[in-house]
Amino acid sequence: MKSQKALAQSDQLITLYKTMLLIRQVELTLARIFADGEVPGFIHLCIGQEAVAAGVTSAMQQGDTLATTHRGHGHVLARGLDLDGFFKEIMGRAGGICQGRGGSMHIADMRLGIIGANGIVGAGIPISVGSALAMKLRKTGSIAVAMFGDGAMAEGVFHESLNLAALLKLPILFVCENNGWSEFSRTEKQFSGKLNKMAEAFGIGHRMVDGNNVLSVANAASNAMERLRNGEGPSVLECLTHRTRGHFEGDAQKYRTETEVKEGLERDPLTLAAVALQQALVPSEEILKMQAQIEALVNTALMNARQDAPADFEVAVNDVYTPVEA
Amino acid sequence: MALIRYAHAINQALSDAMSADETVIVLGEDVAQAGGSFKVTRGLVEIFGVNRVIDTPISESTIVSASVGAAMSGLRPVVEIMFMDFMTLAMDAVVNQAAKARFMFGGRTSVPMVVRTPHGGGLSAGPQHSQCLEAWFAHVPGLKVVCPSSPQDAYSLLRSSIEDSDPVIFIEHKGLYANRGEVDTALKVPIGIAKVLREGRDVTVVTYGATVAVCLAAAEKLSRDGVEVEVIDLRSLQPWDERTVFQSIAKTHRVVVVHEAVQAFGIGAEIAARIGEDAFDELDAPVIRVGAPFMPVPFSSELEKRYAVNAESVIRGLRKVLA
Repeated sequence: MKSQKALAQSDQLITLYKTMLLIRQVELTLARIFADGEVPGFIHLCIGQEAVAAGVTSAMQQGDTLATTHRGHGHVLARGLDLDGFFKEIMGRAGGICQGRGGSMHIADMRLGIIGANGIVGAGIPISVGSALAMKLRKTGSIAVAMFGDGAMAEGVFHESLNLAALLKLPILFVCENNGWSEFSRTEKQFSGKLNKMAEAFGIGHRMVDGNNVLSVANAASNAMERLRNGEGPSVLECLTHRTRGHFEGDAQKYRTETEVKEGLERDPLTLAAVALQQALVPSEEILKMQAQIEALVNTALMNARQDAPADFEVAVNDVYTPVEA
Repeated sequence: MALIRYAHAINQALSDAMSADETVIVLGEDVAQAGGSFKVTRGLVEIFGVNRVIDTPISESTIVSASVGAAMSGLRPVVEIMFMDFMTLAMDAVVNQAAKARFMFGGRTSVPMVVRTPHGGGLSAGPQHSQCLEAWFAHVPGLKVVCPSSPQDAYSLLRSSIEDSDPVIFIEHKGLYANRGEVDTALKVPIGIAKVLREGRDVTVVTYGATVAVCLAAAEKLSRDGVEVEVIDLRSLQPWDERTVFQSIAKTHRVVVVHEAVQAFGIGAEIAARIGEDAFDELDAPVIRVGAPFMPVPFSSELEKRYAVNAESVIRGLRKVLA
């Protein structure tokens, strides 16, 4: 017999695993249809980083806000973004969550507190600071989560944001998905600082976790958010992870060694979670069933997006400003 | 009605807006304890407290971006950028974030924020504290741009800007802060409506900001020679009031567009082009622009005097279009 605690933990793990499966399935599907030319523009996939998205968002509550990045599919899906609206957006359809005007890098849904993915590296961080300021002044008890990659550490707004958040003691969690890459370059060649030292310089708490272990991420995020909700001021959560794909789809990645890619695959967050599930005595048929269910969900969303009308120009051109009530 | 200074009218608008709506906050460098570089926000922190009147670090980029985030999370921030020249540091926040959020997020959010910033020279403030960069912002879809010339318009347009659901760049003028005028706090001035300040049948002058007074002085001088100049204060640059301008052209058939900003690629270029496209048949002469030469704003008084648009350069423009 499993103890209550073990049961609760395996339930939590199942939920997190399902979220990661959804992200993985979506990203693999996008990789395929992108290669087939079905997705306009360019996309940045988060395969290998699913545990950060699933773990961090699992600790968020209604009313909290989330600012994300160009590699943000996982974050918004984990936060519960409508799958149909997601596929339609990425494929530029009228029914897209942003009516086909934003695309992969600009997905947002205010109803879920998703205040935007961002095409500008680091730009979501100060926006998130402002969101946290609003929460503090409005006394909503909510918190803001700013996701960013290690490449954004070199952006000035990140430094400014740490300062402002610390000065005003804002309820914001800075989550760094540290995959070691700043686009096409190793971050250690681009940035001479260390995140823990930066946080320390501003008097902000910093915690580093294995970003491929979804339970570690979830627990660390949950602890950090509890402190934020108690008014203890901002904190930094650094999740060490691995970018399995290129900077964008179609990136030949000539700057990377095979060994480095392989090492990452060996620590795949979904594989690690599946092993943990087996150790928690979750039957493998159940895991297979979850996989099949999610595959079906994603396929349906893709089919729906394919059938949706293209985005409407007249609607878009007349919606640059908020309509003024006559 | 009380005669109050332009700077005080802005202060009054902030105070009245904050009293009327508790989601309105003021933030910026030295806006609270110091009352702002030009004392525009003086006294607000004593009334509304440090939570709503926030002294920020010298981080233009982040304070404007934070205003975007705050606006998307239920506040109506009014952020002060000490000199318009410093807007360069906040361009991502304004251009890529504030201006685009509503559109790119499918019309499901709005960004009700105001960036207050003073432009303009005349104070020997030099090349990095004197520029008029309004054309940059008027060029970006999603932004509104206003530039009041009188205490009344400063008051009423700031109230309208704070109530607006979209981001507004509210441009003040350092040289106007001390000017006095009557202010009726009940008077509404919607964004996008110009004002005919002087009626005339012979030629139209379209202008805004500090050159409004310059153009009125030029009109007064020409009036002595029997030339009647119609002076239009645009007040809003994006959107601008095409209707009022075109109505005036239909009467005078001659136009001069005047601004303090560099003439090339400026607001005047856009207005002249629009008139050429849509009111060509009304014109008896080509549209003339009067603006600053294509050079940085110089420091020394002698140089700056030569640089600045004045009544004489406006009159030269008027004579040219009347010839």
